[in-house]
Amino acid sequence: MKIAVCIKRVADMGARFQIGADGASVSDAGIKYDMSDFDEWAVEAALQLNEKHGGGEVTVISLGPTAAQETIRKALAMGADKGVHLQADTIPFDGFAIAEALAAELKGGGYDLILFGRIAVDSAAGVTGAMVAELLDLPCVTAVSKLEVTGTAGTAERQVEGGVETLSFPLPALCTIDQGLVTQARYPSLKGIMAAKKKPLESKPAQLGAISVSVRKMELPPERSAGRIVGEGAAAVPELIRLLQTEAKVL
Amino acid sequence: MANNILVVAETRGGDVRKVALEVVTVSRLLADGLGGEVHAMVFGAPGIGTVAPKLGAVGADSVLVVEHDGFATYNAEAVAATVAAQVTGGGYRAAVFGASAMGQDLAPRVGARLRVGVAADVMSVTVDGGDIVVRHPMNTNKVIATMVLSATPALVSLRPGAVTVGATAKAGTVQTVASAMDPAAGRVKVTGVTLGGGAKLDLAEAPVIVSGGRGLKAAENFSLCEDLAAAFGNAAVGATRAVTDDGWRPHSDQIGQTGRQVSPDLYVAVGISGAIQHIAGMRNSKTIVAINKDKDAPIFKVADYGIVGDVFEIMPVLTAAVTAAKAHH
Repeated sequence: MKIAVCIKRVADMGARFQIGADGASVSDAGIKYDMSDFDEWAVEAALQLNEKHGGGEVTVISLGPTAAQETIRKALAMGADKGVHLQADTIPFDGFAIAEALAAELKGGGYDLILFGRIAVDSAAGVTGAMVAELLDLPCVTAVSKLEVTGTAGTAERQVEGGVETLSFPLPALCTIDQGLVTQARYPSLKGIMAAKKKPLESKPAQLGAISVSVRKMELPPERSAGRIVGEGAAAVPELIRLLQTEAKVL
Repeated sequence: MANNILVVAETRGGDVRKVALEVVTVSRLLADGLGGEVHAMVFGAPGIGTVAPKLGAVGADSVLVVEHDGFATYNAEAVAATVAAQVTGGGYRAAVFGASAMGQDLAPRVGARLRVGVAADVMSVTVDGGDIVVRHPMNTNKVIATMVLSATPALVSLRPGAVTVGATAKAGTVQTVASAMDPAAGRVKVTGVTLGGGAKLDLAEAPVIVSGGRGLKAAENFSLCEDLAAAFGNAAVGATRAVTDDGWRPHSDQIGQTGRQVSPDLYVAVGISGAIQHIAGMRNSKTIVAINKDKDAPIFKVADYGIVGDVFEIMPVLTAAVTAAKAHH
């Protein structure tokens, strides 16, 4: 199968974030970057599908600054075949502007399947995949936790609150990948890292769409006030109950 | 018309979901600020129009009912086509969705059809000098972005549990609307829906969450969490990623960076050390209780109340005490 996976370079979420001097951005001082978790699972899912069915080709596409090429190289080192970098100095917060650029690149690519992560862990919107599907008029299933493809059709499961939906769809199609589909994305091997350096990576300007959602301000949420250890063992339960009733008023 | 708000009010099993009432509540305030009306659109099997009074009671001026056998379950393509047609035809200022599994799927589809962005998973929506302004938690709830929506219509999805359901009653006048597309003509077919027990509260909607981690040592020991949840009566059970990765609990129960992000009134962390990825999903809970044998576990840094000790000893005593406290009410 010819599969495209759209991936995003994001800040490592383990960081202690600071707000930038403009008050409307996250400072990138001391921040490390990597592929968004869900996007790693999408790359892994694409590689597994082609390993299972034999042959095929996986193209990874990333929109962002020049450094996004490092994220593409990681996916190539995992086993993807080629990369496309859509150059944009900053990544807008409007998923539609991004979707337009990705759709323009994906259109006419002849992909059987297009995969996204369900959500980027930084901007946490989760809208771009479904928007691209609409722009390309493709069948779309979001938040997929199980995926099987046979010939020209697929079946998927998606988690909904308190349950699971099972869906069937024809190819070509677009899916966004949730946790649960793969247990763990593979780590690039040394051989993979060497091979990735020779794989094709094309860079071109991103054809961003109009922006209608923009950030006015960013702030850190209030710190939680320091808590206390009520006591040790079951003997502390009565005091906990008293605090939940009289202080927290949740019981 | 230009200041009216369209709400997509989610239904399941013939009833409105709590998130639908929350979305109408927020939209009522928005419409009052703009001098417009709230129109709540419901999709469902024939008979779904009976939910209209519930939507009127929280502020819907009218309820647009789209009934069809093909809407018994969520039908993404036909619903997106119908909502997009209604927004365009009705000249709405904004359309508000719940940021549930359904709303997170639907809002971007409608956005692309209308060629506008979506402010997804917001904690608040307000009017500021004619602009629609939202607050959206990002970077795993460690940063809050204030965003401005400059297009009309402005599309927004509201995080479940972000607001308390209001009581500003409006008429809730029923109008029937036809689906813009044959629901049977969609390319993606829902071939099955498996739902948990009817009485089971969803993590997004439960006022109390009891979550278990590796400290419970085995899948069957989650009965300790289930029992405490049952004692509260209004609780759901969550889990850490370590536990869902091991298959002790379903992935849909995972709370954290790559799972559900919750903010209940009370969060009880049982045998959870408090990895940064887990805390990302629950740090906005109003009150946090932690029970862990390691007094240096990071969970105690975010917990309002901690008990150090053996969860197997403490949990049955806590469950009995909560049962007794509830019986006094």
